[in-house]
Amino acid sequence: MNETVLKKRKFQMTMLFLGVIVLTYLSAWITDYGFVSSLEAVPGAMAWIFSNLLVDGEALGKLPAIMEKLIETVFMSIAATTIAAVLSLFLAIMGSKTTMVNRALGAVSRFVASLSRNIPVVAWSLILLLSFGQNSVTGFLALFVGTLGFLTRAFMETIDEASLGSVEALRATGATYWQIVSKAVVPQGLPQMVSWVLFMIETNIRSATLVGILTGTGIGYMFDMYYKTMNYEVVALITITIVLAVILIELLSTRIRKVIL
Amino acid sequence: MQQITQQPTVIRRTRTGKINIRSGNRVSLVLSSTLWTLGALTVLAFFFFDYTGFRPLQAIPETLYNLKAMFLEPKLSHFGWGEAAMQVAITLGLGALATVFGAVFAFFLALGAAENLSVPWLSRSIRVVVAFVRAVPTVLWVLIFAIAAGLGSEAAVLGMLFHSVAYLVKAFSEAFEEVDPKILEALRATGAGWWQTVVHGVLPSTFTYLLSWTFLRFEINFSVAVAMGAAAGAGGIGFELFMASGFYFDLREVGMITYMILAVAIVLEVFSTRLKSRVYSAG
Repeated sequence: MNETVLKKRKFQMTMLFLGVIVLTYLSAWITDYGFVSSLEAVPGAMAWIFSNLLVDGEALGKLPAIMEKLIETVFMSIAATTIAAVLSLFLAIMGSKTTMVNRALGAVSRFVASLSRNIPVVAWSLILLLSFGQNSVTGFLALFVGTLGFLTRAFMETIDEASLGSVEALRATGATYWQIVSKAVVPQGLPQMVSWVLFMIETNIRSATLVGILTGTGIGYMFDMYYKTMNYEVVALITITIVLAVILIELLSTRIRKVIL
Repeated sequence: MQQITQQPTVIRRTRTGKINIRSGNRVSLVLSSTLWTLGALTVLAFFFFDYTGFRPLQAIPETLYNLKAMFLEPKLSHFGWGEAAMQVAITLGLGALATVFGAVFAFFLALGAAENLSVPWLSRSIRVVVAFVRAVPTVLWVLIFAIAAGLGSEAAVLGMLFHSVAYLVKAFSEAFEEVDPKILEALRATGAGWWQTVVHGVLPSTFTYLLSWTFLRFEINFSVAVAMGAAAGAGGIGFELFMASGFYFDLREVGMITYMILAVAIVLEVFSTRLKSRVYSAG
């Protein structure tokens, strides 16, 4: 590395940092964000959290009802993720460069994936809420659509990374398209794909809370209800149960991942 | 005299006499049981759902009609284009603030969390805290901060910040741990202090990764900011989306807003993919 390279690099870094600083100020100005007031708010907010978000006996009485909604939410995210994964696998096989049937189908599958991924889950839940009403199916569908796009992209990358060599080998032996897909592409990518599915289940339990607040279902709705009536003891309990559920699933999937990857 | 016996090779055969080539190992066992469990839970899930007011025969045609109105006849009616652009800018601004602050905090915390740069107790305790913070959904952080710190962009940014920091600490510390130990050893051998190792060894070799992760987080934070606008009243285009669908029932406006969000999200995604491929080709 000679001096000019170093100088150029230093210049680039300076420009980058200047750009970020300008961007930050611009954002703060647009959103009416006060740097000082937000810094001042943190200690007060922390104090508030530690003095108000405390579970008491009365809140614990609501535990069975909370658990019921939590289980419904966990099931909702698992179902949405698993069903989306099955469909994503087909979309990914159609869209991946190694296993593409033809260009048109590939383009269609990539377009569907991009559309469902880039329209935020909020927009999906609000759109679906209008016609499906306030029930679990709305939340399920909203999660399903968002997951579909994400998993299709992830699976596509997995297929592209894993299977070039073995696909070529099978093709050389005269294997048909479906033989190639079922004997080389899927088995090779499966551990990575399962890992993505597990990751998505974790993510979806968190998103399910958000979707629940918007569509009035599951644990999110319950949180919103107690939040709006300022019953913070129950709010704390609900938050803790969600955290425990997410951490439990995270630990479980970490262990599975350690074995399969 | 000792006789040398050779163990005959055991060939496992299936019931029909074929040689079993898929003898059960742990990986495939775990893999298939995971898949079966997920399948079973999925079937079970449909018995746990709450089907109040669910009429599929009515809902599906209605959704199709709604989607047609939204995406084929989009139109703004409650606010103009200038206002719409402003709201998108607010959402982008919220996302940018949370990302920039998040990246700064996460950088220092990740130095503490990386096993090769820190002491075990510190790295372990940061990891535990971060795992906890990450497990709380962002919307709950924002709602909690909205009461604790008052409504406004401060609450939204602080709430989003928590999650961004937790996410980035994980990504950053993993990047730091992959730094070639030889680089660190060489620097330490010349008598470089901890900060000098970080600035001249760790930072140059991971900078592009950090940048690419940060931008990915910005992409996520944009959609999170949309969500916070809709669910926690944080303002921006998400709030307009919520108003258009929940209060005015104006499908055409919902469609237009969705198109705007989609356009921004696709631009961000293309940019982030470019950045990522540049990082990988450079590394």
